[in-house]
Amino acid sequence: MNNKTKSRILRMNPNIFLVWIFMISISMIFVSLVSAYIVKKGEPGGFNVELPLMFYYSSFIVVLSSVFKQLAYYSAKKDNFKSLKIYLLLSFIGGLSFLFIQYLGWVNLVDGGVYFVGHPDGSFIYILSGVHAIHLISGLIFILVVYVFSIKFKIHSKNLNLIEMSTTYWHFLTFLWVYLFITLYFYNI
Amino acid sequence: MKETKLYEEKVVDAHEEHHEQSFIRKYIFSEDHKTIAKQFLITGIFWAIIGGAFSFLFRIQLGFPNVDLTSLSPIIGNWLTPQGKIDPEVYLALITMHGTIMVFFVLTAGLSGTFLNFLIPLQLGARDMASGFLNMFSYWFFFLSSVIMLTSIFVEGGPASGGWTVYPPLSALPQAVSGSGLGMTLWLVSMSFFVVSALLGALNYITTVINLRTEGMTFFRMPLTIWAFLITAILGVLSFPVLLSAALLLIMDRTFGTSFYLSDIYIAGEALSNQGGSAILFQHLFWFLGHPEVYIVILPSLGIASEVIATCSRKPIFGYKAMVYSLIGIGILSFVVWAHHMFISGMNPFLGSVFTILTLIIAVPSAIKSFNYIATLWRGNIIFTPAMLFSIGLVSFFISGGVTGLFLGNSVIDINLHDTYFVVAHFHIVMGSASFFGLFSGVYHWFPKMFGRMMNRNLGYVHFWFTFIGAYLVFFPLHYIGIAGFPRRYYSFTNFEAGKIESFMDLNVFVTIAAGITFAAQFIFLFNFFYSIYRGRKASQNPWKSNTLEWTTPVNPGHGNWPGKIPKVERWAYDYSKPGAKEDFIPQNVPYSKTPESNLPEDEHH
Ligand code: HEM
Ligand SMILES: [Cu+2]
Repeated sequence: MNNKTKSRILRMNPNIFLVWIFMISISMIFVSLVSAYIVKKGEPGGFNVELPLMFYYSSFIVVLSSVFKQLAYYSAKKDNFKSLKIYLLLSFIGGLSFLFIQYLGWVNLVDGGVYFVGHPDGSFIYILSGVHAIHLISGLIFILVVYVFSIKFKIHSKNLNLIEMSTTYWHFLTFLWVYLFITLYFYNI
Repeated sequence: MKETKLYEEKVVDAHEEHHEQSFIRKYIFSEDHKTIAKQFLITGIFWAIIGGAFSFLFRIQLGFPNVDLTSLSPIIGNWLTPQGKIDPEVYLALITMHGTIMVFFVLTAGLSGTFLNFLIPLQLGARDMASGFLNMFSYWFFFLSSVIMLTSIFVEGGPASGGWTVYPPLSALPQAVSGSGLGMTLWLVSMSFFVVSALLGALNYITTVINLRTEGMTFFRMPLTIWAFLITAILGVLSFPVLLSAALLLIMDRTFGTSFYLSDIYIAGEALSNQGGSAILFQHLFWFLGHPEVYIVILPSLGIASEVIATCSRKPIFGYKAMVYSLIGIGILSFVVWAHHMFISGMNPFLGSVFTILTLIIAVPSAIKSFNYIATLWRGNIIFTPAMLFSIGLVSFFISGGVTGLFLGNSVIDINLHDTYFVVAHFHIVMGSASFFGLFSGVYHWFPKMFGRMMNRNLGYVHFWFTFIGAYLVFFPLHYIGIAGFPRRYYSFTNFEAGKIESFMDLNVFVTIAAGITFAAQFIFLFNFFYSIYRGRKASQNPWKSNTLEWTTPVNPGHGNWPGKIPKVERWAYDYSKPGAKEDFIPQNVPYSKTPESNLPEDEHH
């Protein structure tokens, strides 16, 4: 490292930093919705919802897909292009199945008599999982972009920025769902 | 480290290639922060004219309720009743649009979009924003949002009319008022795009300030403008998403019939089925954004004032660190006072007193800032440029409007004053006027950097005095009208106690006339602005003898800002009139080794 770079006041790659701030702003959406939900649950006149079994499955799947995503990152770091692509695909499929299972969860909810249109105690469950799902779709698109780059061999141990950004974002989305799930669980017992 | 270096080189390459950009890439879909700043400025000016014209229309209703406006019918024909008066529902639509336009489109997007974009890279020594691409998107989302909001003014049923705070149930039920139909839908769509634009902007601003400062530009050497902008952007990132949540739930209530905000409603002879929602929830979500938002509106102006006042007093800013910590303090506190807008929403009085205390604490950093501005001016070698006058005007408004904030912050007093003209007076002085003055100050001060020409000074003075006196004449009397108990947002006061309305009528007439004159005076500015872009006197490189880095760029900086290497920063931005120095200013890029005559003992360590 020469003198010039040493005295420059740069902390982090700007793009990775951008992703972090982006995640903070998304968190604020959920912080506000969750606090609204918690206040609502504290009011009389509501009801508890038995969370659909599907939400348990989807939580497992999304964690699994995060594991794959991390493995993809490690593969890129080791310039192991074959496993990079496989793990990327696996995490993508994991994300896709997560969305599908969430949808089944909604079907479960409707079958159990909890509707989107009705008392907010029910509607909030749809809103929280729905808004999360929309963000997850953006994460999926990001994985696709990374995949396209990896086919072109543009992701390797010397160029990890993109995959680092998408991995961080993907873990964040996983964490977010797990957090939402636990919150929903504890406020409905 | 390595990666950032690559990034830096990439930008330099791009700029050294010297390829001619097409017209569209250069002026329309530009990624250059300076062009984007100008786009925000011009769009903001456009909105300010519309917002101002609307306010004049409803002031006519308040000052001259019996006047016949039929002669205006070619322009606003379908807004009038057959008697030529402004239609009552149109009145509500006008105040709603006025508030929305001024708060969001002018004083948020117009102000932040212009100066944060323009000054952050220039004052920090960066070639551009961290992501020019996202920055371009930020403008175009704002443009889209503007187009939708503008369209909403002309649709069937008129634009949103529940006030700029769009409280449900009024805004949730199309049966409630005609503006809650399509107009409200468009308002929500427009504001959602607006939030996206604001967030894209803020992400970029923060990233650029943290990561792209030039060599030597430590945090505590940053000009106070940049500190103010940084805090503004952080407030935006943390608060605008909450507005998105609030809007989302409202959209659901309106389109799918959910009950987030609705419960037990009986309207137009019909009982609605919605159960379990709460309109107060909306107020909490809205004001959690809303209060930080008022600081998003004022902080850039305060930053601009710091810079202009120090430069034009030829003195170092008084209490630099105190200013920084006040900004941070205001930023943090602004998140814990939102319920002072809701004292009469039925909250627990104990909670009310908690919010009262928190609200009053925010007066402390605000007062520190005011004090430091005055102390900087004190015994300065003041040069009264138009920018300087507007900054001093800002300080005046910030103080006189802040004082009434202390009244309102007391829940006990606010219960009487809430939703009266007293509140209107408070925020038009402390937010509206102060922030507008910062905007004007910034335009006068950085016009030479933006357009390479000077604005006309004398027109600037005329503009200042009309606006300064005018704003006080318009907004100060509103305090009295408010203390007398007149509620805001009322179309007319005919049902008031006999005698009362008459006794305030002359004051209302006075305010309306003052508003007309003040509004008209803005055309002096408009003329000066557009004329000077093409015909203004050519600017020199550093016309105000200022220390900050933007004045080390060429008069008309190109893409990449500095033709050669980016200057290195050697000192803070406020070495004005340093004892012993040859001149009364030492730019930030002059090393201490070149100024042995003025160095202080502690400077030698740097
Ligand atoms: C000492 C500092 C301040 C205090 C204690 C304070 C306090 C308050 C309070 C308690 C209210 C609610 C009044 C009511 O609706 O009954 C209020 C309204 C308002 N304040 Fe302030 N304020 C302060 C400074 C500011 C600043 C700096 C701004 C903007 C730059 C601002 C902008 C507003 C706005 C826009 C409203 C009215 C919103 C509406 O209802 O439409 N205030 N203020
Ligand atoms: Cu407030």
